[in-house]
Amino acid sequence: MSIMKSTILEVQDLQTVFPTRTGVFKAVDGVSFALNRGETLCVVGESGSGKSVTARSILQIVDKPGRIEGGSVLLTRADGSTTDLAKLDPRGREIRDVRGKEIAMIFQEPMSSLSPVHRIGTQIGEALRIHFGTAKQEQRERVLELLRQVEIPRPESAIDRYTFEFSGGMRQRVMIAMALACNPSVLIADEPTTALDVTTQAEILDLIKKLQQSHGMAVLFITHDMGVVAEIADEVLVMYRGKVMERGPVERIFHAPQDAYTRRLIGSVVKLEKKAEVRLARKPAPAGTLPLLDVRNLSLTFPSGLKAVDDVSLTVRPGEALGIVGESGSGKTTMGRCLLRIYDAQTGAIDYRRPDGDTVDIRTANKATLEKVRREVRMIFQDPVGSLSPRKTVGDIIAEPLKIAGMKGRELNDRVADLMQQVGLEPAWRERYPHAFSGGQRQRIGIARAIALKPRLIIADEATSALDVSLRSQMLDLMMKLQDELGLSYVFISHDMSVIRYMCDRVAVMYRGKIVEVGETDQVVNNPVHGYTRALLSAIPHPDPRNRRIHNRFRYDSVRTV
Amino acid sequence: MIRFIAKRLVFAIPTLFAVSIIAFIIIQLPPGDYLTTLMADWASQGGAVEAGTVAAMRDRYGLDQPIYVQYFKWITGILMRGDFGISFDFGKPVTELIWNRLGFSLLLSVLTLCFVWAIAIPIGILSAVRQYSISDYTATFLAFFFLAVPDFLMALSAMYIMSAWFGQSVGGLFSPDYVDAPWGFGKLFDFAQHVWLPVVVIGLGSLAALVRIMRANLLDELSKPYVTTARAKGMSELELLLRYPVRLALNPLISTLGWILPAVISGEIIVSVVMSLPTTGPLLLRSLLAQDMYLAGSLILLISVLTIIGTLISDILLAITDPRIRLQ
Amino acid sequence: MTDITSLPPETTVSLDLHRKDMAVAGQWRLFWLKFKKHKIALVSLVVIVFMYLVAAFADFIAPFDPNAANSRFTYAPPQGLSLMLNGSFQPHVNQLKMTLNTESMRREFTSDPTKSVSVSFFVPAQQPYYVLGFIPMQTKLFGLTNPKPGDSLYIFGADRLGRDIFSRVVHGAKISLSIGLVGVFVSLILGVTIGGISGFFGGWIDIVIQRFIELLRSIPTIPLWMGFAAAIPTSWPPLRTYFVITLIVSLIGWTSLAREVRGKFLSLRNEDFVTAARLDGMSEVGIIFHHLVPSFISHIIATLTLAIPSMILAETALSFLGIGLQPPIVSWGVLLQEAQNIRAVAQAPWLLFTPAAAIVISVLALNFLGDGLRDAADPYESVS
Repeated sequence: MSIMKSTILEVQDLQTVFPTRTGVFKAVDGVSFALNRGETLCVVGESGSGKSVTARSILQIVDKPGRIEGGSVLLTRADGSTTDLAKLDPRGREIRDVRGKEIAMIFQEPMSSLSPVHRIGTQIGEALRIHFGTAKQEQRERVLELLRQVEIPRPESAIDRYTFEFSGGMRQRVMIAMALACNPSVLIADEPTTALDVTTQAEILDLIKKLQQSHGMAVLFITHDMGVVAEIADEVLVMYRGKVMERGPVERIFHAPQDAYTRRLIGSVVKLEKKAEVRLARKPAPAGTLPLLDVRNLSLTFPSGLKAVDDVSLTVRPGEALGIVGESGSGKTTMGRCLLRIYDAQTGAIDYRRPDGDTVDIRTANKATLEKVRREVRMIFQDPVGSLSPRKTVGDIIAEPLKIAGMKGRELNDRVADLMQQVGLEPAWRERYPHAFSGGQRQRIGIARAIALKPRLIIADEATSALDVSLRSQMLDLMMKLQDELGLSYVFISHDMSVIRYMCDRVAVMYRGKIVEVGETDQVVNNPVHGYTRALLSAIPHPDPRNRRIHNRFRYDSVRTV
Repeated sequence: MIRFIAKRLVFAIPTLFAVSIIAFIIIQLPPGDYLTTLMADWASQGGAVEAGTVAAMRDRYGLDQPIYVQYFKWITGILMRGDFGISFDFGKPVTELIWNRLGFSLLLSVLTLCFVWAIAIPIGILSAVRQYSISDYTATFLAFFFLAVPDFLMALSAMYIMSAWFGQSVGGLFSPDYVDAPWGFGKLFDFAQHVWLPVVVIGLGSLAALVRIMRANLLDELSKPYVTTARAKGMSELELLLRYPVRLALNPLISTLGWILPAVISGEIIVSVVMSLPTTGPLLLRSLLAQDMYLAGSLILLISVLTIIGTLISDILLAITDPRIRLQ
Repeated sequence: MTDITSLPPETTVSLDLHRKDMAVAGQWRLFWLKFKKHKIALVSLVVIVFMYLVAAFADFIAPFDPNAANSRFTYAPPQGLSLMLNGSFQPHVNQLKMTLNTESMRREFTSDPTKSVSVSFFVPAQQPYYVLGFIPMQTKLFGLTNPKPGDSLYIFGADRLGRDIFSRVVHGAKISLSIGLVGVFVSLILGVTIGGISGFFGGWIDIVIQRFIELLRSIPTIPLWMGFAAAIPTSWPPLRTYFVITLIVSLIGWTSLAREVRGKFLSLRNEDFVTAARLDGMSEVGIIFHHLVPSFISHIIATLTLAIPSMILAETALSFLGIGLQPPIVSWGVLLQEAQNIRAVAQAPWLLFTPAAAIVISVLALNFLGDGLRDAADPYESVS
């Protein structure tokens, strides 16, 4: 360690526990690390790894009934004085003087982390009042300056607004302004970009970087996203189930990981950085085959006047996987639901080619036809909890479409058992209820239900978004295996370019209800034509610290271009 | 904000109209009318009534006309001239009988609401902040207990306790000396001495409900992320509690005014009957029993109108305190 | 990605659904497991079952006819029932000695320990009767072993006419508790139908129904009830009055149920698992009965339980005011009406406190029970 690197925060053998009825749950179990002045330390781990509790333990703001049981958190100030934060009374004066003044924190959900009934100016200025007793007028001037620093447009009017009047990205800027109010020397960011779209995430990461440099802050950044880690970290701490698996410079963690868990984690991320191997070898669908689904000029306007789907045209060829990528509010989910008439599109056509060669327009089909089509075109939902009735056994859930189709008795039993095996579930678990399964297993149940009637086309709406990254590729592999076994086609809707690149033959990019670009996945990813596609692709964090690029990304200004 | 209030006012109009119809239906429900009751009374006292007299009275009160005409006459009289009709029972215009009593009803209800809110909020806060402590359990148990005791039973028990243990007779809002005296310090003091018991008796049920609601709201708010944010700013626990979760927990509490007010007015009516207070309660009961339709109808109408106005005020209060309602 | 910062949940009552033995536990089993954790609710359930049994077998349990008067024992005080005599099990009551207070011109009773009369269980009834209206019986649960003229058995005292308060309260339970049940049944039908229509069709039908419910709820209930109840002619037979009063008290009760049903309909209609069933080809009726009803039935049971006490209280209030049920029907409200005179209560507090205790205990137990049921209604809420 060079002399230049001075440690500002040193955590030694931290232990934070949650007493439960069955015993004591160790959320943080012997975590140690050091944060250097002006540097960024990323704490990375999957859900349940204890990364968030670690961050909160530093300021002693762990939710009840959690408490710090051991270890030390040494804060070294510029004047050389040190304090062990873990020894302070969590309600006392001393720790309160540190919070917000020397160490500030921003959180994952800017909406719920800010009060909805207080003006943002009040909330930002509060820390100044608490720590310096700044007078009202001076407070306001300082808040305006902070709002300018975090690049919120028209600070003079924004200061008197409420959180719900801002977009997600702007709210996070408000949070950052609040954290910066007292010029802290350490900023703890607890998944600050997880709830944001990737382009917004890139902007927020930019902003944090910029402010870190201008304020000379140390940043402790909590995230589950290895791409973000690679883009911003100096040092990395990998956590798993409350323990530190590995720590070191970002370069070493990514390119020479020592620990098995780290290797697996990075492996599953890197795996999603390119096309799946099983897909590389596959021949493309022969050109000239008639499309399975031919959507033309589809539009849906909600009663509120929002044009959710705006003149969308696309085709799905037999046996191919078509990806639909877009950010929140792009209309991709609504469009997917129109394809199955869950929503009624107002204009356009959805021509589906039945096995006998006839085409049916799903948008206008009558009830009987629609029922038949819905056996051949199925859906996988995003939410593995909400899409399974908690009151039915897994066997019943998978059997439901079969029963309605008229299957019963032994045949039904055998078919359910086969299906469970096919998606990697034990047939013996059929009597269990969904609550006994993990998120990944539940998604498998949803897949079994979708393929029960031997469909030809599956519309998968963000089917992997709710899963941890290590499960994501497993789920995609399963879907590809089924595609080959059953000759399926997919419409794969996702906000995540990497999962689309992994499994889709072609991709359509949606932006504000419109499809702005369609093409072979490789083509679109490597040579995007449309400005929005370029902006979207360049904002995606890349899990390689040697190739940091989001800070030099392409920015798409829709107002200027469209 | 002005648009919001205007919208609410416009919404209230059909509600008021519907309430007037319900009030009118209620007074039309009993078979026969006041005159049949009157005749039955006279007949039981041995007096005979001439057919001509009855017909004349019927004509005078418009009792032989179709119901919608009667309703129209009634409601236009109220709206145009403030004429609520005649009380058959008292032989006086309804307006002479009701305003004073309505005033006391309103006063008693407002006092009760103030009492309920002033007590319920701190207890609710304490109960939530010290969840599962002795004080929380005590508050919870008492809340359940008072929810289970009907108002009139509370009134009866209070009167029994006051007379059996303290040797005081309870009833009315004034001592006999002050009933007709002009308002002054003496009368005010006498009023305060009398009014606290009915206020407590009427309020305890709603108090219990409000404590439960405040506790639940606050527990909800205490686990919200913005509390952690405020804590991370270095705010002291007490300031944090009052400035954030309590402030937010009060919003849903304001909206409960919409049903607390009807409950308090209901309680006020029945407790007034038991404790013979000079409010609308005893008058309403008497008029209903005597089928004194214009009096009963006017009382039900005015009580409901008061409640609707109260609900309106609570809506506006909520809009003032909660920007989410005001601005969206 | 939610981290574990909020684990374990704040509320104590939640199930660990990841436990092995929970894997095959269905909705009702989880409901019961969660309900069981509410000890007060569990005790309340026992109390409620006991109260309704007493109401059902009132004729068997009450030793006397509720309207049998005895002018000798006007305002006789409770004659505490003692179970032991001289160290052996021998239930008995001490007889009352009556003296005339010449000053106040009132009869005063004192307990006379020298005259104890034996009480036994399963004594022959004075006349045959029917339990539950159809089982012929000749035995009462308890009574004087050898009733002689002049002997009395007033375990909770007597009223103005020397009628046995205990028998009256037991018989009152029959009316007061059943009004709660019947009223809730009426509310159930009204609430589920109207709420279901509102939530299922939505649109302007929903708006009209919701406005109407808001209107009903914004009117204070007591004047509304009073207006309706006062319209019942006193000449009507008791049974008819009983049903009309029940209808009147359920007039308000259905609104909360309708809101609950509507809210559940609306939120469930857009749940993914309901959409999935629709895509599976299930009919709307099938979806209602296979998915919607099972999802909200537990909530309905809880709401219904919580509606019973307000019905009981409504009946009591109306009867108390003299515009509900009328004597000779015996209900708890009717009993309290007779305790309206504060001077009578001062002389014989048992007039007030015996029926009052019956009301408070049953309402309290129903509220606790409903609270427990509501907490258990959604055993899945902790799963995410």
